[in-house]
Amino acid sequence: MDLEEAREFRERCTQCAAVSWGLTDEGRYYCTSCHNVTERSKEVLSTEAIPNTKIQAINRGLKRKKKPERGWDWYVCEGFQHILCQQAEALQTLGVSPELKSQVLHNLWRRYLQKSRLAYCRNPVYSGRRAAAVSDDNPSHSGWDSEPELLSDFSGPSGPSVFDSGAESQPDAHPRGPLPSSKASQSDMSSVCSGSLDGVEYSLRKAKGTVKMTVPGTLALCSLSLLWQREAITLSDLLRLVEEGHVPCVNAFQHFPEEMKLYGRDKGIFSVESWPTYEDIYRKMVEVATFLDLPRFPDITEDCYLHPNILCMKYLMEANLPDEMHNFTCQVVKMAGLGEVDFLTFDPIAKKKNTVKYDVQAVAVIVIVLKLLFLLDDNLEWSLSAVAETHNEENKEDKPWFDFRKWYHVVKKSFDEKKRKLEETRAKYVWKSEKPLYHSSIDRSVAYKRREMVVNLQKQFSMLVDSTPTVTRKSPSSFQFNWTGDADGTCFHGHSLQGALEKRGQSLTTRNALYWLSTQRFCRSYCKHVTTYEESNFSLSYQFILNFFSFLLRINVYFLHEEVSLIEKRLFKTKYSKAKKKSSRSRKVRK
Amino acid sequence: MSDFSEDLLRPRTEDDPEEMRVGSGSGMHFPWLQRLVESVATGGRKQKEFAQTTSACLSFIQEALLKHQWQRAAEYMHSYFQILEDSDSNKRQAAPEIIWKLGSEILYYHPKSSVETFSAFADRMKNIGVMNYLKISLQHALYLVHHGLLDDASRNLSQAETWRYGDKSASQEVLINLVQAYKGLLRYYTWSEKKVELSRLDQDDYAYSAASQSMLDHSWKTSTDFHSLIQVPGVWDPFVKSYVEMLEFYGDREGAREVLTNYAYDEKFPSNPNAHVYLYGFLKRGKAPREQLISVLKILYQIVPSHILMLEFHRLLRKSEREEHRKLGLEVLFGVLDFAGCTKNRTAWQYLAKCLRQTLTGNHLAWVLEQWTPRKSWWPGFHFSSFRARGDWTEDRALAHEKAFVAGTLLGRGCRYFRYISKQDHQALRKKMKRIKKLVKKYSIVNSGL
Repeated sequence: MDLEEAREFRERCTQCAAVSWGLTDEGRYYCTSCHNVTERSKEVLSTEAIPNTKIQAINRGLKRKKKPERGWDWYVCEGFQHILCQQAEALQTLGVSPELKSQVLHNLWRRYLQKSRLAYCRNPVYSGRRAAAVSDDNPSHSGWDSEPELLSDFSGPSGPSVFDSGAESQPDAHPRGPLPSSKASQSDMSSVCSGSLDGVEYSLRKAKGTVKMTVPGTLALCSLSLLWQREAITLSDLLRLVEEGHVPCVNAFQHFPEEMKLYGRDKGIFSVESWPTYEDIYRKMVEVATFLDLPRFPDITEDCYLHPNILCMKYLMEANLPDEMHNFTCQVVKMAGLGEVDFLTFDPIAKKKNTVKYDVQAVAVIVIVLKLLFLLDDNLEWSLSAVAETHNEENKEDKPWFDFRKWYHVVKKSFDEKKRKLEETRAKYVWKSEKPLYHSSIDRSVAYKRREMVVNLQKQFSMLVDSTPTVTRKSPSSFQFNWTGDADGTCFHGHSLQGALEKRGQSLTTRNALYWLSTQRFCRSYCKHVTTYEESNFSLSYQFILNFFSFLLRINVYFLHEEVSLIEKRLFKTKYSKAKKKSSRSRKVRK
Repeated sequence: MSDFSEDLLRPRTEDDPEEMRVGSGSGMHFPWLQRLVESVATGGRKQKEFAQTTSACLSFIQEALLKHQWQRAAEYMHSYFQILEDSDSNKRQAAPEIIWKLGSEILYYHPKSSVETFSAFADRMKNIGVMNYLKISLQHALYLVHHGLLDDASRNLSQAETWRYGDKSASQEVLINLVQAYKGLLRYYTWSEKKVELSRLDQDDYAYSAASQSMLDHSWKTSTDFHSLIQVPGVWDPFVKSYVEMLEFYGDREGAREVLTNYAYDEKFPSNPNAHVYLYGFLKRGKAPREQLISVLKILYQIVPSHILMLEFHRLLRKSEREEHRKLGLEVLFGVLDFAGCTKNRTAWQYLAKCLRQTLTGNHLAWVLEQWTPRKSWWPGFHFSSFRARGDWTEDRALAHEKAFVAGTLLGRGCRYFRYISKQDHQALRKKMKRIKKLVKKYSIVNSGL
């Protein structure tokens, strides 16, 4: 030990010219060959050395800091898994049953990983790197060979549980994901362009026959599991919750653990600068469900929230329309065959793909009923309103007749206000996350500096704003309008439809005997759409009603118009198949 | 919607930029076409909602500013800052300027704002990007001046003056010069304050020499501040004026003359009447020969024939011996009176009356006719209507008399103006009117033509 320490002393011995020193107990050097003790002592030397060592230490410290902190090794699909987990938790706090997370979504995700050969399979995509670890280690993961077990309580005996939230909270939870980490050799190279291990590879990959997961894709998975659970959240509700920030999607990555670094290609994968649209997510849902080869979903029966009768009731309330209209919606549903279990149940891989946009369909039914009752040709609805108005004035004690004009004025006012508010909140929407994303480590400081700048400016301006917080977060609700609140006659739920009906013999029919079809002829070419919606071709009241309902669902107007046309096609089959008359007299709806 | 940021990048011309971009010569305006053109430009890719909401946010801010809802504008501003993080680098680079313009406007008017907040905002914005530093510094300084904080403004400008950023500083040289010049202007202000102070002191006072010394100090520094800006073509009236004043005060007349001559006559500079006015004033103070003064004002006459100095010009010309100058003198007067703003200028009419008399006495009828012929068609309605006569009579009798003489001379005694004025019976003025009538009879060009 002494010899070790004395090695720094490299002068020749004055006695024997050898360079072989040891330290005495007093700290002096002695020559090991001739035992001559020098005047020089260790202390003297070491004081000389101190500045140097200090510098070295500082250097080392700085160097270590300069090097970007590596964080965990993680795969892109783990990122999605984390987002899914957040979304499931958010849904749970919104009142969805906990099974959604622990079973349904969990299994869907596992199945996705398996199908896209990311994990839980014998030949994963990254087989070269990952020595077939999971599949060989856990042969007991067999739930996937037999379909009916999809909903069976999954309790993997040994394997890493995908949704083990306990593991997530552990700081060094390497075994958390399904992917083992054995890539240290390649990690340095791959991390040049992305924080995740396979970010570059993932964004370049174009495997045929697989569905690539995206951030909106996670919403499709959520929606599928909500559907499986037959929860009382429709797709449009889900998307509204996303926009209002109750379900994470945009910037969900900012809640990743600190050690999961995102940059480079991860930016393209995880940063979202648009709200998910109904059409996209719906398409994605069907796509994912087909890809996952999912069996028929649980039946949608009459007591399910997603059944048109119940949804119609909900939307009638939301639109401030009389409850009595529910009778008519039920009849339309029945006649068009929309209420049957086989029609409603989601069955992605059946021969004839069975997919239903429950909320859009329910709203379309209401539009059809309004057309049946009031024709909506900018003429009849107003004359019927005049009749109702005089009746209401003459008989003030009776149940009031539904007055379309009055309804229009009331609803229009609130609708315009809501629309304006929505535009304003959208304009104030904060897209950028607290965690800035950057392309490469060179941009890192710039991105952080820019972020800091924005935060500072915002801080300064927030002082100019009222003390009330700028963005008051709305509490989640499945209703957007509240009509029952004030008692000044703005609530039409209890009004009667007498004005629009008349007795003919034994039965009660609609006073209006006419009907017009939203689409006369469907497009038969190979383009995807079946009809087009050119606003100016339609009556103003029809436009208003479509605008109002599509605002409720936050969908495009033509999308609702298309659904209306499709239901009319089912309802008036004969008209379409037989004569191609331009305007048609519909059969009357009997009560 | 028109993209505000693009408007900012490109200085607005007389044409509506939107029309220019869509390129319809007929002057029709298609907002939807604009949108289509834009979507083609982005390769038909759907615009991200981030872009949509931020541009909506911008228009809300603009609307709020228009309606003076500073509070509301500040709220939207809070969200608008995220455009600084836009992934579209074009928009990101244009953003600081937009934010500065909107933000400074809000902070200028917002009730909760203060000089401190404004300064903090300006300091922050200066350091976003490179190109805005000088512009913002300058505007910040002007804001401080507006609030009476001259020292702070001066400090600010000195700081900006030393700003350099590689190649970029070359392109912003004019701005640097402008910053310096404004600093000079502030120094000039303190200097002229000291000058006033000095004028109150007794020359034998001990304080006098100290004060004059510090004044001298100021002026020396200031002259360097102004010098470089004045070399650059442009309109620099306040700077030139104060610079010359200081030079003159210290007796550097040659320097001042050089500056002013350069400012007025250098062809690279835009045509600027004030340049000639300053030069004239300087020469007049220096008791320059009449010829020189006339040559300066001749140019001014070509740029602004209605300038207030034109009457002085006329006086100079009148005194001149040369005939062409006298002719020009008449021309100048007619020119002045062509302008609606000068119609009630009594002196001008007086000069014209006198000038007409002299010219006609000197048998230069041709000169008068040369000026009168093109005006014959419209001056009667413009100057000599009976409505005018009534107005002039009630407002200013002396003016009415001068005009009546001119009208009578040019149009004959039958003209409305002359008739109206001569009919007005007034005890005290009867004599005067009689004289005018006599003169008109003598000089009237209508009569002589007969």
